[in-house]
Amino acid sequence: MRNAFIRALTDAAARDERILFLTGDLGFKLFDDFAARFPGRFMNVGVAEATMAGVASGLALEGKKPFIYSIATFATMRCYEQIRDDICYHDADVTIVGVGGGYSYGPNGPTHHALEDIAIMRALPNMTIVCPGDPAETVAAVHALARHRGPAYLRLGRAGEPAVHPGPVSFGIGESLVLRDGRDVALLSTGNMLATAVRVADLLAGRGLTCGVVSMPTVKPLDVRAVDDAIHHAAVVATLEEHSLLGGFGGAVAEHVAEAGVGVRFRRFGAPDRFSHACGDQEFHREAGGLTAARIADALLALAGRPC
Amino acid sequence: MDSTGRIAGTDGVAALETRARAVRAATVRMAHDGKTPHVGSALSCADILVALYFHAMRIDPQAPGDQDVFVLSKGHGCMSYYATLAERGYFSPSVLATYARNGGALPEHPSPGSVPGITVATGSLGHGLPIAAGVALARGMDARPGRVYVLLSDGECNEGSVWEAAMFAAGRRLDRLVVIVDYNKLQAMGRSDEISALAPLADKWRSFGWGTREVDGHDMAALTRVLDALPLEDGRPSAIVAHTVKGKGVSFMEDDTEWHYRSPSDADLDRALEELGRPA
Repeated sequence: MRNAFIRALTDAAARDERILFLTGDLGFKLFDDFAARFPGRFMNVGVAEATMAGVASGLALEGKKPFIYSIATFATMRCYEQIRDDICYHDADVTIVGVGGGYSYGPNGPTHHALEDIAIMRALPNMTIVCPGDPAETVAAVHALARHRGPAYLRLGRAGEPAVHPGPVSFGIGESLVLRDGRDVALLSTGNMLATAVRVADLLAGRGLTCGVVSMPTVKPLDVRAVDDAIHHAAVVATLEEHSLLGGFGGAVAEHVAEAGVGVRFRRFGAPDRFSHACGDQEFHREAGGLTAARIADALLALAGRPC
Repeated sequence: MDSTGRIAGTDGVAALETRARAVRAATVRMAHDGKTPHVGSALSCADILVALYFHAMRIDPQAPGDQDVFVLSKGHGCMSYYATLAERGYFSPSVLATYARNGGALPEHPSPGSVPGITVATGSLGHGLPIAAGVALARGMDARPGRVYVLLSDGECNEGSVWEAAMFAAGRRLDRLVVIVDYNKLQAMGRSDEISALAPLADKWRSFGWGTREVDGHDMAALTRVLDALPLEDGRPSAIVAHTVKGKGVSFMEDDTEWHYRSPSDADLDRALEELGRPA
């Protein structure tokens, strides 16, 4: 996902000279090509996320279009007030890029686990949140954000995520991508759980349940039509994200479901509300938190009234 | 008028001092009418604001463009900022009467675009310098003119983001960036030098790579001289540590933390306006 991001941003920067790239001292050698192609438009601000966010606001107020980059926790949490006051309050055209969404940096420990970033970004007025599900969605997300104007948060995984889409995709801000149709279960997924969502659908198919899979890369603004379609046509609706169950994508969908007045069996799948004190990689933490295809499929079978 | 056709201030020192008295009178009236705090903070930077807006800055309120930029990072001191903008012609002085009123354009901390002349909002301390550094950086990238001035409070220098940005600006050689610290020695809960080791403040800026000068922030001749000397060192951002008195210009408000919180009574207003020599 990270490499797809860099390639797409380099393409976008070739078309729009307002685009700048600022990093908080992360991404050794990754941006050499960008820096070589666009001298003066790449900048290492140093280990200073608050300054990076404030500087980006000032650049945007002068007509630039900065993308600012760090690990998702540092990019959103260290400088939250700068994002709120300097970027969102000014409606500044700044995209915050967080690499390592969810448990991507698993062995680095909870300081590097980005599990509350969507929740805190969602609460900010003017903010757009995009969490692509695979490299193809990452490219589409960068192009959508390059056309977008205003504060945005792009939440990436890291390197090496599997391709879920067979080829290039395209979506606009606030649009979803339907990967599979199915009306027994509708699984709405955001970000890097997309490959897991497809595996869940395969497991359910093996048990005789049809499972729709909708990738919802834009968490804010939420594609409420996609949610409405799910709750009006599927027996069971579930959300999937590598983020805390509190206030993230599942929370956003739950708010809409609750107010829609439709009786539907609904479940959020996400990270539990606790810090992990055990060392482990992304798969380890997903397993510990119940975020594996097998565990999710079992829970959905039970919810659909099919005992495991 | 300079080569770009924009008009710099040409007022002499005496005229600037007269303007500063008018700004102070308007400030005390706003605090009284709006029943708001922070009048001491607004008075301490009144001379600096007048020196900037009527002497140093290349601006034309009627024709915005690549002009000098000012960021009031100590947003709570905004009464004298609003009064200065009105005095300079950005909007009608009658707008000042809407300060802190429901539905008005002038909240107790500046809001972006609420009135002409204000593009950067502040209110939380430690935000103005990074934003100003970004503005200076963008101007430099495009070889566009314009100096960027930021007014900080001394208490604000407790914030780590000030020093992050100070290092960044020096590293980027942002010599069009100018910090002025309103060093009135009092912050919200007491003497700023007792609350943290702020002194020696000028040495701190110098050691962070800034061309630095100390000045009496109420001596209009000295202020204009130092502003005329910018950048203080080639290739470096400039820091002016302005020694000031909180509440300056109204004897019973001077150097008293009480006036970080109190708003003037009717009698206070009368006394203050009498001292300022002009019935506002």
